[in-house]
Parts: sequence; C-alpha cells; structure tokens
Amino acid sequence: MTATLSQPEVGRARLRKEDVRLITGRTQWTDNIALPGMLHLAILRSPVAHARISRVEVTEALSRPNVVAAFTGADLGERQASLPCAWPVTEDMVHPDHLPLAVGEVRHVGEPVAVVVARDAASAVDALEAIDVEYEPLPVVLDMEEALAEGAPLVHADKGTNKSFTWVFDSAEAGTGGAVADAQAQAEVVVRRRYVQQRLIPAFMEPRSVVVNPGPGEWTMWSATQIPHILRLMLALLTGVPEHQIRVIAPDVGGGFGGKLQVTPEEMITFFAAERVGRPVKYTETRSDTMVSAHHGRDMIQDLTLSARRDGTVTGLDVKLLSNMGAYLGLVTPGVPILGAFMYNAIYKFPAYRFECSGVFTNTTRTDAYRGAGRPEATYAIERVMDELAVELGLDPMEVRRRNWIRHEEFPFTTVAGLVYDSGNYEAATDKAMSLFGYDELRAEQAARRSSGDPVQLGIGISTYTEMCGLAPSRVLGALRYGAGGWESASIRMLPTGKVEVITGTSPHGQGHLTAWSQIVADQLGVAFEDVEVRFGDTRVSHKGLDTYGSRSLAVGGIALVQACDKVVAKARTVAAHLLECSPDDLEFSAGTFRVRGTPEAAKSIADCALAVFAAHNLPDGVEPTLDSDATFDPQTFSFPHGTHLCATEVDTETGTVNIRRYVCVDDVGRVVNPLIVEGQVHGGVAQGIAQALFEEAVYDADGNLLTGSFVDYTLPSAADLPDIETDRTETPATSNPLGVKGVGEAGTIAATPAVVNAVVDALRPYGVNDIRMPCTPERVWRAIQEARP
Amino acid sequence: MARISVTVDGVAYADDVPPRTLLVHYLRDQLGKVGTVVGCDTSNCGACTVLMTDPQGEPRAVKSCSVLAVQADGAAVTTVEGLAGPDGQLHPMQRAFHERHALQCGFCTPGMIMAAVDLVREVPEPTPEQVRKGLEGNLCRCTGYQNIVRAVIDAAGQMRGGAAVPPPEAAVAGGNGPAPAQPATQPVPVAAEAAS
Repeated sequence: MTATLSQPEVGRARLRKEDVRLITGRTQWTDNIALPGMLHLAILRSPVAHARISRVEVTEALSRPNVVAAFTGADLGERQASLPCAWPVTEDMVHPDHLPLAVGEVRHVGEPVAVVVARDAASAVDALEAIDVEYEPLPVVLDMEEALAEGAPLVHADKGTNKSFTWVFDSAEAGTGGAVADAQAQAEVVVRRRYVQQRLIPAFMEPRSVVVNPGPGEWTMWSATQIPHILRLMLALLTGVPEHQIRVIAPDVGGGFGGKLQVTPEEMITFFAAERVGRPVKYTETRSDTMVSAHHGRDMIQDLTLSARRDGTVTGLDVKLLSNMGAYLGLVTPGVPILGAFMYNAIYKFPAYRFECSGVFTNTTRTDAYRGAGRPEATYAIERVMDELAVELGLDPMEVRRRNWIRHEEFPFTTVAGLVYDSGNYEAATDKAMSLFGYDELRAEQAARRSSGDPVQLGIGISTYTEMCGLAPSRVLGALRYGAGGWESASIRMLPTGKVEVITGTSPHGQGHLTAWSQIVADQLGVAFEDVEVRFGDTRVSHKGLDTYGSRSLAVGGIALVQACDKVVAKARTVAAHLLECSPDDLEFSAGTFRVRGTPEAAKSIADCALAVFAAHNLPDGVEPTLDSDATFDPQTFSFPHGTHLCATEVDTETGTVNIRRYVCVDDVGRVVNPLIVEGQVHGGVAQGIAQALFEEAVYDADGNLLTGSFVDYTLPSAADLPDIETDRTETPATSNPLGVKGVGEAGTIAATPAVVNAVVDALRPYGVNDIRMPCTPERVWRAIQEARP
Repeated sequence: MARISVTVDGVAYADDVPPRTLLVHYLRDQLGKVGTVVGCDTSNCGACTVLMTDPQGEPRAVKSCSVLAVQADGAAVTTVEGLAGPDGQLHPMQRAFHERHALQCGFCTPGMIMAAVDLVREVPEPTPEQVRKGLEGNLCRCTGYQNIVRAVIDAAGQMRGGAAVPPPEAAVAGGNGPAPAQPATQPVPVAAEAAS
C-alpha cells in the first residue's frame, strides 16, 4: 500500500506541491472571496499628519447610490477598543490608545477617519467624496531627536512625552561580561560611528484584504494575514465575541515579510461594519492605502562606540539606539529593537557590552516587524563598524573578524548578551565563501584600479553574520515581557487508506510548508511524499498555533511535527504488536513497516495499522480506535543560522552608479529539508537586503506626507536591478533540536545589507569616504565623493 | 453602460459594462476570472498582466489595470487560467516556473508568466540580461528574480522545440542525519548553466 522509499525525503530538492494552483490561477486570495449579500467597504483616510478633527459628517455619503452605511469613529463609541500591543518592553512603557477609526484627532497621514459600506466597491469609493471633514492642524514632529527635545510638539498630548520607553542591557549588570566604561577607559583604539536605518515598507505583493461574515453563532474572518491564530485571540479580546465563536481563515496569502504580522485597524473596522449591517463585508486596500497604512519597518538611529586593542581585539561595544515607533504601537513594535539587542555582539567574543534603546513617537505610520526585525539593523551596524576598525588599524577586514569571532571548537558559547549559541562554524563558511569569491584576486584587481586611477573603482564588502531566530522559547519571551509564548503545534491524522493528514499551527504565505512538512512526515512515518497532505491557516481545522514569522516555522513547528509523528508511531507499534502477537519491544520500525526482530517476514505497515484501527475489530484492550496525535513543542533555545556573504561592487566615481559584480554567500542553516526552498529563501532574502542598501526608502516631506506612497516612488527593485546571487552552504546541524535544523527565512536579508554597503564604501576609501547613508543611490554616492574631496 | 464582446480564455462573452470599468475588474468581478490579480494602482507591478490581441490579431501582454474593458471590445484575452492546454497540460512557461522554483507566494506569478510568454514571443532566444530587462515591469518581492530568469530561459528553449531540461531535483550530500560540518552539493545548476 505504501511505497517503499529508496532515499530519505529530507534533503531532497522536491518540487513544490503548492505550485500547481498558483501557476494556473486557481487561487484563493482573500479578495477572490464573494459571499451572497456581501457588501464592500471603503475607508476615508487622513490627508494630514496631525490635526484635531473638529467635524466629520457622513449624512451626504449615506444618500449616494448603493450606499448601505457610513460611519465614523465617534459613531462606534465604546464599541471600538484600542488595538493591541503585545510587547510592553518595560513596566513603565508609554502606551497610547490606538483606536481603529480615529476619534477627535489624527496622528499620521493615512489614519482611518470614516467609512462607507456599499453594494459594490466603486460606489463605496465614490461616496467617500461626500464625507465632510474639518481638520484643525496641529504641529507635526517627524524627526526622532527633535521629538525628544524640550518643547517638542507632542504626538499624544495627554502623555506629556514623545518617549515610549528606554530599555537597557548592560553586561556588567547582567553578569555576562564587563563594563563598557572600563573598556573605553583602557582602549587603545576607540571607533565611534552613527548609522541610520532608513524607514522601509515591507511591500508584500498582495495588498491586504479582509472579509467578515458576521454571527450570530459563528463569526468568520478571512484575512491576508500571517497570524490567523493570534488574530482570533485578539478579535475575541477586542470585540467581546467569545473566542470559540470566532473562526479566522488565512487563505492564500501573497507574502508578508512581517508586514502581515499585525492586528490591523482595517480588520477591526470591517468587523464592526459587518456587525452594524448584519451582512458580510469585504475591504480590499489599494497599493496606495498599503503604503500609508500597513506598518513600516526599520527607522532607527544607531550610535556605536567600539573599544579595541591595536591588535584588533575588540574589548567593548556600546550601542545607543533611537527607534521610531511612528504614531502608535503595533503588535510587537517596541520589541523589534529589543530583538536586535542580543545581536550587536554578533559572532564575536566581546568582553563588555551595553545597549540602550529609546522608542520615540512621531507623526508617521507606525513601524513594526519587517523581515529580520531588529536583527538586520544590529548586523548592519556591527559589520559596518568592524570594517571601520579594520581601516583604523590598517588590517584586512576579514582578519579583524577572525581575531574576534567564536571558534568552532568553542561551541556551545555563552555570549556577552547572555545567549547560548548551540553550534556554528564560522571558519568553514568563511573559507568556502572566500574561495568561491576569489577574494585575493579581487583585492589584487582593486589595488590595480586604485593605482591606475580608474574612474570605476572596485569595492569588496564582507558580512559575517549570525542571527537568533526560531522564535521562541516561551520562558525567554516571558522574561522579555512579551504577551504570549513561542511554542508551536502539530497534529497527525492517519486515515484508513494509509493517507496522512497533517495539521500545522504555522501559517505559510510563500514559504512552502506544504512541501517541506510532507517531506518530514514522509520520513518519520515511512509513507510516500504524495500520501501526505498538510492543512493550515484556518482556525476551524488548525485549532492551535502561533503562526509564521521570525524564521520559526521549521525550527519550532517542524519539531512539533516530529513529536506528533513519534506519538503516532508509538501507538501504531502497540497495534502492530497486537496483530503480530509479539511484544512491542520486539518490533523494529523502518520505512513505514514494523518487523519482528529476527523474523522479518512477520510485518505490518503503518497503513495496515491505520486500517486495523479504523475497523477496530481486533485492538488491544484499552486502545482507542484512532491513529491520530497532537503535539506541541516549546523550544529551549533560539536557532542560530550563520554565514559569510561577500559582495564586489563597481562604483562609477563620476556618476555615483553602483553595480554589483559578484554576490557570493555561504549560509549555514543546519540540516536542510529542501535545498530548492532554502535557495529560494536565500535569493529572496538577499534581494531584500540589497534593496535596503541601494534602492528603498520611505520618505516624508516636512508636513508628514509620505512622498513614496506608491510603487512609482518607492523603488522596489525589478529583475533588471538585481544581480545573480551565487549561493552555497555549509551544514553544521543545530544541536538544540532533533532535526538539526535552523531558520532560513530572514538570514539573507540580515546578511546582505552590510555586505553591499561595506563594498560601496570600500570602493571609495581612497576618496576619503567612510560612510554613505542608505540607500546608496547614485546621487548619495556622488555627493559623498564630492564632500569627501579635500 | 457600454456593450462589449470579448473572448476570454476561449469563451465568447457579451456584456454591458460601466465605461470606466477596468479590464481587470471586468475579468475578476464580472467573469469570475480571479486568477488575474491587482497588486498596485499605478501599473508598476504587472501582477494583472494578461494577453490581449492587438488590431492585427496578435496577442500582446497588457496590464489589465491600465486597459478599460471597453478597449477590449472585439479582442481575445488570455489569462493565466487559459494558458494550459485543453487537457490541462501545462504551458512550458508554467512548467518551467514550477521546475525552477520561480514562485514563492505566487501573487505576482500570473502576471509574471503572461509577461514572460509575451517576452519569449518577441525574443525567442533571450539572454539572462534580456529576460531581466524584459520583465522590468513585473515586480516580485519573494524570489529575487533569479529563478524566474532561469525558468524563462528554460521555457524559451522548450517553446523553440529544444530538449527538455533535466528536472532540478537532486540528492544532497550531507543532508541527512547529524553529521560533522561538511559541504553540501549545489542542488540546482547555477544561473550560468541555466543560461547555456
């Protein structure tokens, strides 16, 4: 019944099961959903960054054709509650209310002010014109340092401050290292640098969409979200509808990158609209809506002080960070810079470390998780400043890294930030990358171009990164004051025909869980890859889960899957033993079949057991007639992928144009389930990292208008803008989980940005350039050259 | 209302549409052709790309968010739903996207595939650079485009009647079980090989 497997599934470059629907257009995006009687919702958004709403009138809109309802935040009254922030990082964090539909005041361009519900989407949008709003402008504050200055305009006047929190980690206080003040006092070299993480927009390709079919009985919400389970819980808490009467479905979801890790005003507004009209309501945003209303990412100012000896040994690192919250706190907004706090020491053995971060309110769209969330920022800063130290000491930048990194024989290693890295081999990844890249040859070419005064200079950029992912051990999250845990859930149902239904609490939106989870289960149960089907993203089917973000799905959800399989095998063993009239201990299980030791012809496959359990004619006493299992896995530690990325750029010193000539990366993501998917994740991750380095920036004008409010102005790279990425791997299995796997979703993005900017700056060292603010556009590069010239 | 006659994926339709209706909304909302999607409102992303016959009857890629439904009057439109053969056999471009892992979330994929089909019609033997430039009007946030370039070049070969490319699946050394750090072989030919 079950195919005998010639080779393990894990490790095979299986083509994806997901693809067939997606390449033939038989998709289930939220915006495809049409229910009988469904109405459409349009949202009027604030055109100003900060104002008192003195009047908002929807009567005229109600008289427009096809309009069923129109309402304001005031109309919702007590029905709407503040949107959640699940991560109050300090006890005294300033946490202003954030109502889905503004009442009395707007605090950023794009904030929802009023809504229209109509028979069709066009009528709803048309009727927005008939809503009359009077805004009394209030002073706007956009810059974080201005926002913290005495007398600054306040984003939330009632709070009396624009500072949300200050969070500190000090290795001397934590007992994980020395004091940075001592390190600085005794330093032979001190490097001080300021880096600016520009604001980015996640820009998933599918605009967000939500459909609500109201109760009574069951309320169903379809949403283009990464987090159906968290959303269900939050809906219950925010609406008072009992949790068991809420069903959330994340159907096909077109990318997220953290941008759909949110409980949004639009979800709540659509919920309240459906409640008011008693009919299903759909809201699908335009791209212009997405740009101003979906949360942004990054936007930090980083001040670093690195202390070192003249031999290149780093003796201490001090980090002072300002993190722009925007006008409100999202689901994990304050936690984003804190995730970075443990990563500034990166792969290095720094003896002293201090990190201090303040969260700052401004009249901008709120920020929150975007691919990497805190860790790309940290990695950028440390990898940039390691290059600066190398220049200061006249050493090769790779040599400076070698002198400071954790050697492979030193794992497990407790870092100065207090994390225990379970595994890694930085030497192996680096050696492989250097050799693929042709590091020495490229350095020779660089020297030749420098001496000949070539107007096109060559630069070489290094990024030797690690990251903490696989979010997360629940106890650690609790200690960091996060509101939930970090476990993941999985269930197995063996069907009578020997087919396997897998239910996972992860919620993929492009990552290929259907394929990868099938591979894992096929190996664990000894069934065929084709005989496994994976269900997810619907709380009626997948009751329990914590969804997909933070490179957690495989490293946490994958282990839950293994545990659930183990339980099924254990039960099947008792059934097989009963059928074979032997002791369970006499059976060995391989390739899906239990065999009696020494009598291999006496055998029962796991499919035989499934059928026997279904019939239930002949089961051991007390054994329930199911071959199903549930498992939940809570990791004991994070996952620490690492790698070495090398970038060679050609910089035209006359035009400022940057061309990436080579991009080589060797990543160590532990044991690989599907190399095709891993390579795809690396490609996409690196592309987003390059995009931060060279192309993307969310720009506001002095009044707080988002100037990059569409794909015309927000320069998402196209195929023509990006190079081929040369990928390879080393494979140091994680010792912290039974599969030996690590996360991969964010690694490329974390690694790539500093590799590229280091390469651009390296090309221009002879011109006296030692930094260029991201993105390194031709204009910025050209100006940097002009300004550095004596 | 304006009366239009348009053939979509081989089926002839006659409909009254408000004159301002965009072709993509006609396809999605009136015909239920929801395989074609809207990704932006400035015709930058190309997710809505379909083929529409020009006055000479030649199918050309258009961004259906930038075409009025009334402009499609008399034309034949092919969406991603109509690309496979009548027996469901995938078009070489669809097959190549699958075999080269040229999609992740899949939202840009319908438009990317249709634009790529048009590109290969114009340039039957494209170089990687020509593919990259030719697909400039189609944005993807997941893949970094590299596997899309591989897929288009593979499909172009098939569409010219070239030999089938070997499937990319390959065993991976060092991929199983706890083992000391060791190199893994490349699972997929690098782009340079794919280009040959």
